[in-house]
Amino acid sequence: MKRLRGCATASGCLLIMKLDKFLKNQGAWMGGGGDSDIVISSRVRLARNLRDETFPGRASDEQRLKIWGRLKPVLASLAAMDPSVSLYMGDLSDLDRMILFERHLISRELTVPRAGQGVVIRQDERAAIMVNEEDHLRLQALRPGLMLQNAWECVDEMDSRIEEMVPYAFSEKLGYLTSCPTNVGTGMRASVMLHLPGLVFMEEVGPVIKGLNKIGLTVRGLWGEGTEAVGNMFQVSNQITLGDCEKEIVSHLQTIVEEVVEHEQNARLRLMESREHVVLDYVGRALGILSNAHILASKEALGLLSGLRLGIEMGILKDFNRQTVDDLLVSAQPAHLQVIEKAELAPEERDRARAELIRKRLARRRNRKRSKNE
Amino acid sequence: MLCDRCKENDATVHLTQVVNGVVEKLHLCESCAAEAGFDLQGPVSITDILLGMGAKQDEAAEHIAEKICPDCHMTMSDFKKCGRLGCARCYEIYRDELGLLLKAVHRSEQHTGKIPARDRERVHHSQEAAALQKELADAVAREDYEEAARLRDRLRMLADHETR
Repeated sequence: MKRLRGCATASGCLLIMKLDKFLKNQGAWMGGGGDSDIVISSRVRLARNLRDETFPGRASDEQRLKIWGRLKPVLASLAAMDPSVSLYMGDLSDLDRMILFERHLISRELTVPRAGQGVVIRQDERAAIMVNEEDHLRLQALRPGLMLQNAWECVDEMDSRIEEMVPYAFSEKLGYLTSCPTNVGTGMRASVMLHLPGLVFMEEVGPVIKGLNKIGLTVRGLWGEGTEAVGNMFQVSNQITLGDCEKEIVSHLQTIVEEVVEHEQNARLRLMESREHVVLDYVGRALGILSNAHILASKEALGLLSGLRLGIEMGILKDFNRQTVDDLLVSAQPAHLQVIEKAELAPEERDRARAELIRKRLARRRNRKRSKNE
Repeated sequence: MLCDRCKENDATVHLTQVVNGVVEKLHLCESCAAEAGFDLQGPVSITDILLGMGAKQDEAAEHIAEKICPDCHMTMSDFKKCGRLGCARCYEIYRDELGLLLKAVHRSEQHTGKIPARDRERVHHSQEAAALQKELADAVAREDYEEAARLRDRLRMLADHETR
């Protein structure tokens, strides 16, 4: 185990100075919102490229550096981003970048950066703009619960201000021109993170996913493209970006998500009617293991925290609230654990640290609740 | 005899090629011949097979006829490998090739969403002109020449406005 002593490196300094602000935040996707028991978060992102400039994947290091230099002041000047922090990926340590990735503020691609890649993040983490990812600009707004319309309005506003200052690659026929043709048109991906343990339990999630695919929606795991659904969490997003306008995409997704939420609520009710003892056992085991385990792998922890969340939402567990689980979902991730522990940890050390963190947090929460009741 | 390419398996495919009067011989095992996309009917370059270049006949054929984007120098083979285009111009250069892909992925081939403010007037004019052209063609088809003249004048006005 190697201790991270404050400013061990130049990038370590940056971590302490700049990312510390984020670590004190809850994360944009936490903290309630409409149906946040089932819809954990909403996200809308826009892909944009600058007119007459080679797309980042094909551009030289020099060209990408020029783009970062040109866009950084534009993005930092946006009122919708104020106060913001601009981070050049090359200045950050691997751990810093993983922190940003785990908080859904940058994509996996930016964790292994190339020249000219950076991100400008609003301090409350509700908005982030990546530069030189797959496209010159990737604007995203992240909200807790089901707040797609609000997220769309936020990125729309930022986008309109940016285009006043820099011209975009745009075609009358194909709309906003993106590096990948699957994003061309609106360049928009609207997505929601759903927690669907009821449907998984009732073995109904498969047909639901098939149905969503049939109507032009994509279902992925917690970390987007190419990831599996762990912790009963599913990311649902629009697939089509050409032919539908932004408002149609948002309202279509909103309507469908509301239906899925109803299905999930219904599944939970039926589950309690027909298999109450199974649910009680599942929740009880999740709490038992989380409260007593000394080694917890990331995937196992996510699964168990899903059980805990279900127990809280169904009123089975009274000593905890959803916030406890959401905090742990963030803190128990590999990079966050290492920052909390102030040490570089090997995977097996992380599993021990994760178990300890969860044990302590749950015990503290339970004691606080009990002392309040006495 | 061992395969000239993998140097492991027995060679079962034997090729003879005459290039500029020089006879070249190549001995391949079955899997290397298949990997190289060797086609007994078609011409084959021994150098290409050995270097693994143009491994598949169809790819090699495409390579010869391939278009290159004048702005970013991307070819369709590059796109097939990485799935990403190099610049905005690629959309014009590979319009036909991308047409099929766009149709397969998206609902239509016409953007209906947001338009950047600086492009809005130009796009609206162009959309209006396209609609007028269609009305004009309909008017001519039904021999309504009075209406056709009116539409033609409106199109002219629109074009004048554009040039100004």
